[in-house]
Amino acid sequence: MTIVLTIAGLTLREAVRRKVLRSLAVLTVLLLSLSAWGFSRIDAEFGGLTSGESKLIAAMVLNLVMFGLSLIAALGTAFLAGPTVSGEAESGIALAVLARPVRRTAVLLGKWLGLVVFGTGFVAVAGTAQLLIVKLTTGYWPPDPVAGLALLAGQAVALLTLGLLLSTVISPMASGIVAVGLFGATWIAGVVGGLGGALGNASVERIGTVSQVLLPTDGLWRGAMRSFQDPSLLSQFSEAFEGHPFLSAAPLTGTYLIWAVAWTALVLALAGLAFQRRDL
Amino acid sequence: MWASGLRKRYRRRQAVDDVTFTVARGEVVGLLGPNGAGKTTVIKMLLGLVRPDAGEIMLLGRHGTDPASRARIGYLPELFRYQPWLTADEVLRLHTRLAGAAVPAAEQRACLGLVGLADRAGDRVGGFSKGMQQRLGLAVALVARPELVVLDEPTSALDPIGRADVRDLLLSLRERQVAVLLNSHLIGEVERVCDRVVILDHGRVAASGTLAELLGQRELRLRLEGVTPEAEALLDGAARDGDAFVLPIRDPDDVPEIVAGLVKLGVRVHAVEPGRITLEERLLEVIRAGEDR
Repeated sequence: MTIVLTIAGLTLREAVRRKVLRSLAVLTVLLLSLSAWGFSRIDAEFGGLTSGESKLIAAMVLNLVMFGLSLIAALGTAFLAGPTVSGEAESGIALAVLARPVRRTAVLLGKWLGLVVFGTGFVAVAGTAQLLIVKLTTGYWPPDPVAGLALLAGQAVALLTLGLLLSTVISPMASGIVAVGLFGATWIAGVVGGLGGALGNASVERIGTVSQVLLPTDGLWRGAMRSFQDPSLLSQFSEAFEGHPFLSAAPLTGTYLIWAVAWTALVLALAGLAFQRRDL
Repeated sequence: MWASGLRKRYRRRQAVDDVTFTVARGEVVGLLGPNGAGKTTVIKMLLGLVRPDAGEIMLLGRHGTDPASRARIGYLPELFRYQPWLTADEVLRLHTRLAGAAVPAAEQRACLGLVGLADRAGDRVGGFSKGMQQRLGLAVALVARPELVVLDEPTSALDPIGRADVRDLLLSLRERQVAVLLNSHLIGEVERVCDRVVILDHGRVAASGTLAELLGQRELRLRLEGVTPEAEALLDGAARDGDAFVLPIRDPDDVPEIVAGLVKLGVRVHAVEPGRITLEERLLEVIRAGEDR
């Protein structure tokens, strides 16, 4: 356990010292300021909207900005996770560390834990800041902010776990790119699936469902969106929800959540197995 | 340290083939051989970095597959790189924690001082030169009070003064009964500090033994005139080096008989110089013998 915590601390220190945190903070502040300005304009420009309409717009724009945040979290953690194993193996940093009396699985778990703390911390801080900005500018407060942020963090964790698995088998750069590419592809597949649902085309809808099972980032993201939307909106504006990329019509099922956790555990176990067998 | 029957194949190439050797407490053993002989692979197998296809390893009384067997082992890799975002003393602190050793901060500092980095303890490793990183690597290998130190090319980036420091360090380790496995291309270095040598070639142990055993073979350098075919038969096995014959001999007491035999055959003997072959010559001989096979 000491080894896991030592390596987790080391991973966090790397994120801070290598200016990853600083670049993420700059990006986030930029996004938050833009959104603060945007939300204040929504209130000023759309004075004539009904309270329901302005809620819908606030929820939609909030989801859009949250998507931006989740993208920053996903890119940040995937590119941190990517080089962590293969990069250290290539450079030689891993040699001195793994020649110590440590189990490789403990080292990998430590890295994973450090990245999870980093990703979750980022989502918690930046997400809360965003929710407060929306509250101050438009007065909108989502129905279930904690569950929403937890699902966003879950999305980052799923992606970084995949990044970690990839980094045990392919080169550092490739693993980051593949992880982010898969993340984007799943999101698009989710959007396509949503459109399929709206058009009543079952086979197109299935694209979204299958991709959400293969990589749960998009499914978790849709669950998060749902937590940020006022539930009254769905009954009021059910048409707006059909196939909309930044509104979620269906709730997240318990089975899907269990699958997302199992998927993450499975990918982490595979990463451990691949790392255990790897010659350095 | 005890390794038996180690084998490793990378795709179609047999990198290590049935390597067996030991390193005892207080003994400095040199691992020699040409490039690609499998030295670094053997070292990595000992430390659990590469999985052997076959063979067994015992480290300080424990089976090599048990990570705890590496608790009292210090290692300087051939490819030495340390977290560039950490300072030198943070790297040492990290390694003492990983080794599970309680080493006081003062002792860690002393270890940095030992390798000449005392005044750079608070500097980030990213700003270190190659030589300084290798010195840091030596400190990392020594910091957790090891009982076995494995050094893979420890002087490759060091200046002559650094090399002399490493030599002194190795001798002091031996005095403290620490076992050392040293892989180095600098044969002079190995000859000066090692008690025993293992020569690897094409992944196999081509020769091994104490320096006295390996270099025990002496040679006789003769400058002769009027060498008849009969005399050449007497000099069977001698190599020509310019106008001299270099004849390997087992016993220095054979010299008078050889000279008497040559004189009897009418050869004029101008010079007789007994000598001992160097480790370098022995190494080349072993490697060439391997190529001929």
